[in-house]
Amino acid sequence: MGRIVWFERYTHADRADVGGKNASLGELTGAGLPVPPGFAVTASAYAQAREAARLTGELAALVAAADPGRPDTVAQAGGRAREMVMSMPLPDRLEAEVREAYARLCEQCEMTDVPVAVRSSATCEDQPDASFAGEHDTYLWVRGAGEVVSHIRRCWASLYTDRAICYRRHMGYPEAGQAMSVGVQKMATPRAAGVAFTLNPHDGDRSQIAIDASWGFGEAVVAGEVTPDSFLVDKVLGEVGRRTVSHKEIEYRLTDQGRVQRAAVDQARQDSPCLTDEEIKAVAALARRAERHYGCPQDVEWAVDTQLPAPGNVLLLQSRPETVWSRKPRQQASAPGGNYMTSIVSTLVAPLHARPRAAGDR
Amino acid sequence: MADRFPSPFDITTPPGAEGWQELYSYSSVFSEDRRDYEESMFWFMDGVHTPEAIPPWDATILEFAIIVLSQYNTRHYLIPPALGVDLRFLNGYMYLSPVGVTDPAEIEARVPHFMQRAGYYFEHWDELYASWMDKVRVLIGELEQIRFQPLPEKEDLEVITGGLGTGSGPELLAQYNRLVELTLKLWNYHFEFLNLGYVAYLDFFGFCKQTFPSIPDQGIAKMVAGIDVDLFRPDDEIKKLALLAIELGVDDVFDGAPAAALEAIAERPGGARWLEAWAKAQQPWFNFSAGSGFYHSDKVWAENLEIPLGFIASYIAKARRGESLQRPIQAVEAERDRIVSEYAELIGTDEDRATFQAKLGLARTVFPYVENHNFYVEHWGHSIIWRKMRELGGIFVKEGFFSGPEDVFLLGRNEVPVALFDLYHGWAVGVPSRGPKYWPREMKRRGAIMDALRAWSPPPALGVPPEVVTEPFTVMLWGITSDSVQQWLGGADTDGTLTGFAASPGIAEGPARVILSADGISDLRDGEILVAPLTAPSWAPVFSKIAATVTDVGGIMSHAAIVCREYGLPAITGTAFGTKTIKTGQRIRVDGNTGKVTVLS
Repeated sequence: MGRIVWFERYTHADRADVGGKNASLGELTGAGLPVPPGFAVTASAYAQAREAARLTGELAALVAAADPGRPDTVAQAGGRAREMVMSMPLPDRLEAEVREAYARLCEQCEMTDVPVAVRSSATCEDQPDASFAGEHDTYLWVRGAGEVVSHIRRCWASLYTDRAICYRRHMGYPEAGQAMSVGVQKMATPRAAGVAFTLNPHDGDRSQIAIDASWGFGEAVVAGEVTPDSFLVDKVLGEVGRRTVSHKEIEYRLTDQGRVQRAAVDQARQDSPCLTDEEIKAVAALARRAERHYGCPQDVEWAVDTQLPAPGNVLLLQSRPETVWSRKPRQQASAPGGNYMTSIVSTLVAPLHARPRAAGDR
Repeated sequence: MADRFPSPFDITTPPGAEGWQELYSYSSVFSEDRRDYEESMFWFMDGVHTPEAIPPWDATILEFAIIVLSQYNTRHYLIPPALGVDLRFLNGYMYLSPVGVTDPAEIEARVPHFMQRAGYYFEHWDELYASWMDKVRVLIGELEQIRFQPLPEKEDLEVITGGLGTGSGPELLAQYNRLVELTLKLWNYHFEFLNLGYVAYLDFFGFCKQTFPSIPDQGIAKMVAGIDVDLFRPDDEIKKLALLAIELGVDDVFDGAPAAALEAIAERPGGARWLEAWAKAQQPWFNFSAGSGFYHSDKVWAENLEIPLGFIASYIAKARRGESLQRPIQAVEAERDRIVSEYAELIGTDEDRATFQAKLGLARTVFPYVENHNFYVEHWGHSIIWRKMRELGGIFVKEGFFSGPEDVFLLGRNEVPVALFDLYHGWAVGVPSRGPKYWPREMKRRGAIMDALRAWSPPPALGVPPEVVTEPFTVMLWGITSDSVQQWLGGADTDGTLTGFAASPGIAEGPARVILSADGISDLRDGEILVAPLTAPSWAPVFSKIAATVTDVGGIMSHAAIVCREYGLPAITGTAFGTKTIKTGQRIRVDGNTGKVTVLS
């Protein structure tokens, strides 16, 4: 693969070079889902830069020497490694290519200095058995080619945050060959955003889509800084079965200076639902499409954009395999060896409404 | 919040209703004789079938219904955890108490019998159901054969020359006994399949809830519900008549009073063809009650032709506005198939998918009975029973016992033979019967008692609620659950919301129209939300007008729930206090997804 690849030009099969997060964006774009446009800076691009600076061996050895049992050694090794990455010279051609791709994105979005999210997409991320949730850095509302280049470098460096090092060691991933792809994607300006699971996270019910939503950028929900509104939608009927409107005090929103900032939600919106029924259904339908595409339960990030007209304003930002229930074996509901009458008897003797409810339900 | 309902023994007789107990069977009222037992039980008022005080003869059918339901649970199929349902009348209202089997060893002992007996019915369902259809039609024919003849001045000569050896007096008594006997038999047929039908449905329901804990009840119901259901036939027939009137160019006769339409149409070219279709539709589909069918006063279409004629007029108006009258059967069918295949696809293992299909198959096998029996028994059968009783009442009127044929319903089922005997006696001896002096006085007294009972407001339940309601039929048919019991104990929510069963999905807002009986349904305006104690199948034509339905009683399989799903309207059933809390004209919001009704203004 090249060093810069547009989302629509690759699929999940290229995940070794674009990382889990980017692979997913490419795959979803290719499937026709409404993903904001963007491109990936491949892991090979990072590896080449590191190779050119002759840092590959040195970085691996440095980190391998740290002892996760002694946080000070991790902090020391991590700090050194990040400094090395931040100061390593970029091959000229790579920087030119990034600037060129960003210029094309601006053109495509008909904006000068289109705001983008610059996201880490490590090649070991988003495995079905390891989410690496929040281990690497993401930068929001980055504008201008120079800023984009410098944030790509920061993402690379976040491969060596203390927590990422510890997590890799804990999960048994080898240091050698760790690489980092970076995604550069047009940012939505969300009125509301959040996550959706294509199953009920309380009981693993595959017929439900659970949506957590709050005002502004989705970061408040993802980071758990706000108790979100939550909705449960039946996948098949498309109906909103349960809705909990929460008291939402903070949101991430854009300041006049073009910064994404944590701010207080004004009184009037604190206790109002942040999505209309149509939007809830649209988010659910979007999550369902992502699940159908992948053929397994998904954990998606979405946003309702203020700039776009409905119904095209519900955007898919991310979709990854759900990791908690997917690892558990599906519970068999049929009684082994019984005929239908045995099952009828058990329904009668222990009617469902008399059985204990699944934890967290209701 | 109270933890129990009033004891039946704390309930006082409303003023003016003193002596009401004598109007009902001695075994069907609360008494000191069984006080300990009666006080230990939980009783709920059956508002699904009988929201109003029950006239003495009408109580017959309820006693028959409940005794047969019980008999099939307890003695025929040996439903492992459930015996019958006990019944009491209190101040003229029917209270029921489901009786469970509490001893686990006894439950265990009933299992093999249940498996053998219910299993036999499930395995031979189609042939048994086909034979049920024949049986019930024969029975209806036998009911039609019942004749109540006035006693003649003298017996016909043929009685003598034919050596008959009996006469009109014994025949009159025999015909009444026959009517009672056939009524009991009709109710035996009613429950021959129903309990098992519910069992199979609950089994599928349980499997779905286990596989998909948050699946909405209506999702399950939609997978099972039939599309071509006899209960919808009367409504379909009048739609066809409305369209035929337009086609023949005779629809304008319906613009005036319904009663005049039949005379006017006969004069018109094409009118004869329409009248032929009209006559044909009536048999049997106009044996259709405007109520639940459990009251003699429920209006039957066949005897109140202004009801179907009125509906035809409103359908004609609708068709003229270019709206389609036909139910979107193909769309409903395609949607049902989609729902089934999508849930099936979400099931984790092939084995579970096979189980799902098998259970769905059984539920669909039994469901036509669950959906259709109601027409044959409560509508067709009852229409004849009430009509025959009125004929009998007419004989009493002729002999001066009653002032109108309806008076007969103020007699208990076992008082009728006594009054007939009085009549027979006077006729046989050739002296005055006591009846003409006795009954007019008695009718006045009983009429006043019934008025006092009707004005009384029955509490939703009595006695000690169970920790958890498990009896399957109580949950399924009456919609009584642990939650609804708790809600009754707490009264209506204080924040202007009511909660019930989310019986049909969707959200609607609009002005409420509180309708307490079938007579009021013509008041409904387009876009209003119907708020009623319950709804009956014959209200079908109003469902194309209204925006949503809220009922006091009923579960997810109640009539309102079934019809609203069919019409795609939001419905909330079993709110307990809907008609008491909501006022006509208030704006309300009905959320059929969550079961919440909110009064907006």
